[in-house]
Amino acid sequence: MWIDVLTWMLLATGAVFSIIGAAGILRFPDFYTRTHAAGITDTMGAGPILLGLMLQAGKLAYAADWSVDSVLVIGKLAMVGAFILLTSPTAGHALFKAAFAAGVKIETDDQGVQRFDGEGGDDVPG
Amino acid sequence: MRHSIVLFILLVAAWLLWSGHREPMLLALGALSCLGVTALAARMRVSRYEDPYLFALRTVTYLPWLTWEIVKAAVDVSKLVVARDLSLSPRIIRVPASQSTEIGQVVYANSITLTPGTISLDLRDGHILVHALTREAAEGVLTGDMDRRVTALEDRA
Repeated sequence: MWIDVLTWMLLATGAVFSIIGAAGILRFPDFYTRTHAAGITDTMGAGPILLGLMLQAGKLAYAADWSVDSVLVIGKLAMVGAFILLTSPTAGHALFKAAFAAGVKIETDDQGVQRFDGEGGDDVPG
Repeated sequence: MRHSIVLFILLVAAWLLWSGHREPMLLALGALSCLGVTALAARMRVSRYEDPYLFALRTVTYLPWLTWEIVKAAVDVSKLVVARDLSLSPRIIRVPASQSTEIGQVVYANSITLTPGTISLDLRDGHILVHALTREAAEGVLTGDMDRRVTALEDRA
């Protein structure tokens, strides 16, 4: 019972963040800021949904007396999450770099590149 | 060679676990594909990293911290999305990546991108160019906290 409640909460959280991410893609002004919004769906959208599904898979595994196949479902869901964690930043980075290389202008609030090491700078590459 | 053997064993284990097949024909095909991937990895010299195992092991403490950072950042960006007025202040910053190995730098750059509100653009000369959605997101990276934590995953020579 409490597992179902928790599952619903996780699924709802994931759904809400997915919708917010989608709204952000529509609402943010340019390519780069929109990519940031899409990042929400990758992490807080997919993450809680996968967790919720893992809880349900755990429930089924419990019902199936922890048979190998039923436990594997949990592991497979965990691997889906791991792959998303590895691939989504890579894809986001590739998108960014492609747009950057293609000359899509980056709107910034300040001028050029701020340097952490205090060297001051205007060396925006490209 | 040692790396290739370990990789092959891991691949076979993963193949057996995820597929769930036990027919000889499919097992042979699975072994063949694992061999192929191992050969590809050897050709790409994936194994030039000294000791990825300890690195992977140390992420056990890093991942929960990163998860919490992601949750906080996702909430921040979500607030920007649902706010009545759009108040973005996008900027590009250049932060040092103090990791000494490629795998460390990749993990750091990927962690930055994974955290909503910041995306790594480029990695050169030991620095990462980061596009940040807001001033606050930029300041978060500039504290160097994540940089130190990823560096701590590497071998202390």
